Amino acid sequence: MQKNSIDIEHVLDELKHFLPSQTSLKDFIHHNSLHAFQHLKFYDAIFTASDSFGYHVTLELQDYRALYKIGRIREDVLCKIIIAHKGEENIDNWKSILLEKSFDESKESRIGNLRSYWKKLHNIDLDSAVQPLLFRLLATYLDQGISLWKFPDSGSGFLTSIRYLESTSISSLFNGKRARQLLHDTSTSIASLLNILVGKEEYFEQYLFDQQFTHRGWSGMITTIEQRPDTLYDTKRISLHDVVFIELLLEIDALDRMKRKRWKPLLQNVNEPPCKIVSKAMKSELNDVRMMWQDAFEWSYYDEVLAGIKQAQEKPTHYSNQQPVSFQALFCIDERECSLRRHIEFVDRNCETLGTPGFFGVEFYFQPENAKFYDKLCPAPVTPKHLIKEIGTESRQHALLYSQKTHTLLAGGLSSLSLGFASAVQLFRHLFFPKMSPAISDAFAHMDKKAVLTIENINVQNTENGLQIGFTIEEMANRVEGLLRSVGLIENFASIVYLIAHGSSSANNPHHGAHDCGACSGRPGSVNARVMAFMANHKRVRDVLRTKGISLPTSTQFIGALHDTAADQIEYYDEEVLTSTNIHLHKKNITAFEKALDLNAKERSRRFASINTLQSISKIRKAINERSVSLFEPRPELGHGTNTLCIIGSRNITKQVFLDRRAFLNSYDYKTDPDGALLTGVMRPIGPVCGGINLEYYFSRIDNHKLGAGTKLPHHVVALLGVTNSFDGDLRPGLPLQMIEVHDPVRLLVLVEHFPEIVLKTIQTSPEMYEWYINEWVHLVAIHPETHTFYTFSKGEFTEYIPLQHSIPTTSDILSIINNAKEMDSNYIVDATKENLPVYNLK
Amino acid sequence: MELLLQFFVWIPLLVFLLVAFVHHSKESLLYKITVSATGIYTFLLLVLATLWGVNNSPALHLKLLILYATDSVEIVLDFYFDWITLAFALVGSILMLLLLVFSRYYLHRDEGYKRFFTTLQFFFLSYSILVFSGNYETLFIGWEFIGICSFLLIGFYRDRYLPVKNSLKVLSVFRLGDISLILVMWMSHHLWHQNITFAQLNDFSLVQQHFSENGAYTVLVSFMIVLAAIIKSAQFPFSSWLPRAMEGPTTSSAIFYGSLSIHIGVFLLLRTYPYWQYSITIQSSVISVGLLTSLIGISIAKVQASVKAQIAYSSVAQIGLMFIEVALGWHTIALFHFAGNAFLRTYQLLVSPSVMSYTIHEMLFSFTPKVPKTQSLLSQRIYNTIYVLSIKEWNMDSFQRFWLWEPFKWLGSRIQVFSFKTTVILQFILHIIALTLTLSNNKQSPAAELISPVYSIIAFFYIVKALSERENAIHAWVSLTGALLLLMFSVTILIPEFTIIQIYIYLSGIIVSFITGMYCLYQIKKLDNDTSLHYYHGHTYNNKKLGFVFLLSCLGLVGLPFTPSFIGIDVMLSHIHMHNTIQIVFLALSFMIIEISALRIYSRLFTGMHKHTYHAMAYRSS
Repeated sequence: MQKNSIDIEHVLDELKHFLPSQTSLKDFIHHNSLHAFQHLKFYDAIFTASDSFGYHVTLELQDYRALYKIGRIREDVLCKIIIAHKGEENIDNWKSILLEKSFDESKESRIGNLRSYWKKLHNIDLDSAVQPLLFRLLATYLDQGISLWKFPDSGSGFLTSIRYLESTSISSLFNGKRARQLLHDTSTSIASLLNILVGKEEYFEQYLFDQQFTHRGWSGMITTIEQRPDTLYDTKRISLHDVVFIELLLEIDALDRMKRKRWKPLLQNVNEPPCKIVSKAMKSELNDVRMMWQDAFEWSYYDEVLAGIKQAQEKPTHYSNQQPVSFQALFCIDERECSLRRHIEFVDRNCETLGTPGFFGVEFYFQPENAKFYDKLCPAPVTPKHLIKEIGTESRQHALLYSQKTHTLLAGGLSSLSLGFASAVQLFRHLFFPKMSPAISDAFAHMDKKAVLTIENINVQNTENGLQIGFTIEEMANRVEGLLRSVGLIENFASIVYLIAHGSSSANNPHHGAHDCGACSGRPGSVNARVMAFMANHKRVRDVLRTKGISLPTSTQFIGALHDTAADQIEYYDEEVLTSTNIHLHKKNITAFEKALDLNAKERSRRFASINTLQSISKIRKAINERSVSLFEPRPELGHGTNTLCIIGSRNITKQVFLDRRAFLNSYDYKTDPDGALLTGVMRPIGPVCGGINLEYYFSRIDNHKLGAGTKLPHHVVALLGVTNSFDGDLRPGLPLQMIEVHDPVRLLVLVEHFPEIVLKTIQTSPEMYEWYINEWVHLVAIHPETHTFYTFSKGEFTEYIPLQHSIPTTSDILSIINNAKEMDSNYIVDATKENLPVYNLK
Repeated sequence: MELLLQFFVWIPLLVFLLVAFVHHSKESLLYKITVSATGIYTFLLLVLATLWGVNNSPALHLKLLILYATDSVEIVLDFYFDWITLAFALVGSILMLLLLVFSRYYLHRDEGYKRFFTTLQFFFLSYSILVFSGNYETLFIGWEFIGICSFLLIGFYRDRYLPVKNSLKVLSVFRLGDISLILVMWMSHHLWHQNITFAQLNDFSLVQQHFSENGAYTVLVSFMIVLAAIIKSAQFPFSSWLPRAMEGPTTSSAIFYGSLSIHIGVFLLLRTYPYWQYSITIQSSVISVGLLTSLIGISIAKVQASVKAQIAYSSVAQIGLMFIEVALGWHTIALFHFAGNAFLRTYQLLVSPSVMSYTIHEMLFSFTPKVPKTQSLLSQRIYNTIYVLSIKEWNMDSFQRFWLWEPFKWLGSRIQVFSFKTTVILQFILHIIALTLTLSNNKQSPAAELISPVYSIIAFFYIVKALSERENAIHAWVSLTGALLLLMFSVTILIPEFTIIQIYIYLSGIIVSFITGMYCLYQIKKLDNDTSLHYYHGHTYNNKKLGFVFLLSCLGLVGLPFTPSFIGIDVMLSHIHMHNTIQIVFLALSFMIIEISALRIYSRLFTGMHKHTYHAMAYRSS
């Protein structure tokens, strides 16, 4: 065998870095689509990615200009941005360039150039010849439960399995002898195959990048499965190495067939020098223009928000704190809870709401009764050491029409004759009377309400697969303390403290994980809420807490609950622990929550074509609920669409500002944490969780074709791993069109209520955290808690920011504004953005 | 009661015309019109069925409209109603109704909302024409329309590569079926000496007599019918187009390839059963094809990891069983089987996205890792062999490519040596000669007998040239039009009674289409002086209307039913006699590829990925 100096393993490692890292859809977790470029400054990163891989990373200039025309990008903000970047003296020149100059915006990317010579020189379409079979092989090999006949898997990797299959089958996957011989020859390596195909070694890396990026969906999926095999229930051994190996063989085989073996390596007749696919983008006028437009687009919104917050701070508060707090409710920081909190505060003026990541500070694996696997219920990067088991559930239901028997001949025939007519009736019912069924993913079914959870650990020896079952008193106390301190709730406890987790029900939606709680690894947070409530109610835990300076009155009780953000319903857990006085209060509170849900449903309905917002509330509630169980509804809810803000601080900052469900709200009290010790913990997940969500929406919105999943309507579910558009097509990572239409592609603005120097110190505690801010993947503003002045973070330091907008409208009747809001004319950004309401101050 | 039959064509036709004029932003209006009309349709159908049932269910027959008539030729819109019609129409209208309701919000805000509803309505019109048809000509109109709807709905997402590629691929398979039917019509016309109706086929003695007179020809006709049915119902060896047709929104895949369109082969067999039932050869071939498809279809379904493809292949296997049922004369069972299969597969396709959460949830509780079974070496070998074959779809896709596509490609690459100028000059000379011959009174001359087939061969080569043209769309368009004229002349120089009026009918369709097509092509050329057919241009992104006009020109040129060219082609065919074998072979081949050549121009220029990359667009592989 020929000796190669090139290190193929190294090339593959580099390649893996740039491939999409979305896991199987069952474990959907939002992340920055361009995570591989995060070590660069935002604009350098996106333009580099764009030049390398051909992604679109900003809007088209005509879109920005149209946004400017409708006033969505403000002139004063634009001028300020131009001055900041180009200096006062060049403003007129640059302004005219931004507004008028025409550019050639065509995307030339480096990826794919080398491999395109097959087509150019030899008139051969290798992709069409190889991909259909390759994708089918991968799908059947990795299949989790669609096919009835299983891949004859040897259990020792993809390549070995293919070898085994080839040696035991009379028919072959390959056409020619050569490919078969190469497959079985143990001295064959990727390098030796590349020698046959490409010829010159200096092109190997570029060829492999080109090849794998023609189907980045599958390559990315392979890579994530290689790195995290436990993401599959039916685990499979596979590596990018094996896939590249087989793909090269299929290419050789296809060339042998099409050219009847008379072909030479690709590089025989190419004189173009090899090029490095990923290399930093050059400065260009066009990119500068794009950058300034995007900045202006973002700051036009931020400025309005900051002006709103400023205005609200200056006004004396209308609420007197004379009345005792009626109840406290902790919600997830999720921006979808932003409106529900507003409404519950409106319905019950004496309640207090707080926000915290929806796993409520308890991290564990959860095992539903009889389940064969554990579900992780905490943020994705955390690896829990505890297990919570569910005991005493009611029996589950099955859906007959999903039976795989219909795909066999005789049973299939009998079932067409019988089930066929049943399915007509079923379809009729689904269309006209949609309701929950076993086939619909039900947020409330994640855990059986009546089941018992093994929360308390009596004996630390009690473990299962290396996980401790339940938490000890000490562990519980630590977590309760951690939660309460992080949100600043350490005194003035109300009689009932609600822990309201969230999840989302939807039908016919492979992406439903993206609607559940991101802090619970894309699952509903009901178990976490229940577990935390149990811990905080535990007498011995409270004893420990008292020693740590938090004394919970005996009259105070915690109740876990789950809010279904699609159906707008709340289910409460373990209500039987309530004392008789609290039961009475709880009933009153439920009524308040129901009213708030009514208003929340109404507010959400303004964006839904199927619902008339002016209808009676009960009709809207019913319609909202039906959307979550309707097979034909590709938008059961709008997920994180429109998210733009993350506000860390007291509720007083935002209580009187209408933010249209666009803000992640994390409660935090700087007074209890003067030196920022807790702030580090609070801010650590903000980048990966909120920033990740925001950037995935940003990129899926801007380039829904390459970085998003395109429209949902033609999607095929493949191998229970992901979706493709067509039978011979590649997997489509990213978010589908129906989820991102309402989203304005704007980076996240993180607002922190603390002294700028403390905030600076906090973000610098770890390089990973600092990277988010210094490289501008999210914006950061500190609100001085005493002077209420804003400080923006840029180039490593905070500078004062005075909002350009002097006043924003005030309203006492936000519902009429919601009633009058118009639905978008189309999902084109300039139309779609009009659906997002401006900031209002609430009286 | 007969007169009622026409309503089932008028209603969808009217609605189609109505929705064509609704603005695309009026989603609710589009929905309300189509759904209420389909509701009325279903209601009327039930009324008719009741009346009909009370009157002892006689077969109904209605001669609606004479499209064209001379002494020897008569093209009639003819309708027929019996149990088969009732079953297909009822299942069709119920599914259509359910699918419309489903699509209302499913398609919400899709760029092609209106396009979807109009195409679906056009499909329903075609389906109605087909299931109510009373003769081959009427049936063919519906049949051909359905093919065009398929082309449009498979390529619904016209800015992506795979839908566009697959729409043309499926169409080219369909064309083989279309041509079989054209040949059936042509041969029937000559064998029966009239345009036979389905009502007449039920006349046992008539068919019997016909069979004894014509012997081998009848087997050939039956074979053509069966071939058309095999193709339209994706039976072996043509099954692999079916999963590739599932490119459009799930609802259109459901109604087309899950339920209605895919069962049309079964309908054709049921409808023509009285004709071929006594031929053991045909009966046994239908049974063998059905059986083979069932077994192979099931094996492919069992290895599929893609939900929609799995449903497609299971459905194909069930249709295989239906073929057997029809051949054995178990028609009631076949009808029930059809209805059940249509409903089941529609439902399965519509809920296919939820298989993810449902099955994953099931696995969470009931998954047990597979324990490798100890198998004998032989059974292991058999299993793995079948497994590999099934993954490769029993090579059906490469079979089709090899036999249906490659020969033309090969031939085309040989013909490209002739320059465009040469071919135009040659055409000009040929037209002059033909015109002189046509207008001369002495048509029965041996020269004409000789020239006529030569003309059809040359015409065929011109079409192949257009099909394989890579550089210039305008050249391809001119070649196609020239070929159509040559085809016409190849008939006219032979036939004494061919009148100027007939030529005029045919020409008017061609010339109008040619001119509008030319206009569109020049508009495209004006954009950036590039009409290469080497790659996709995707001009629809900026030129939607132009694209639509050009699509109509293509269909008009190649003879979309009801256009003058279509009638012209029909008339022309009826003038060719059974002994002109060469001529009919080349005419058939020409008509088979001419539609593909024209729509290929449309595909390349107007659909696919936009060649200007200033806006976001999908990867080729997605």
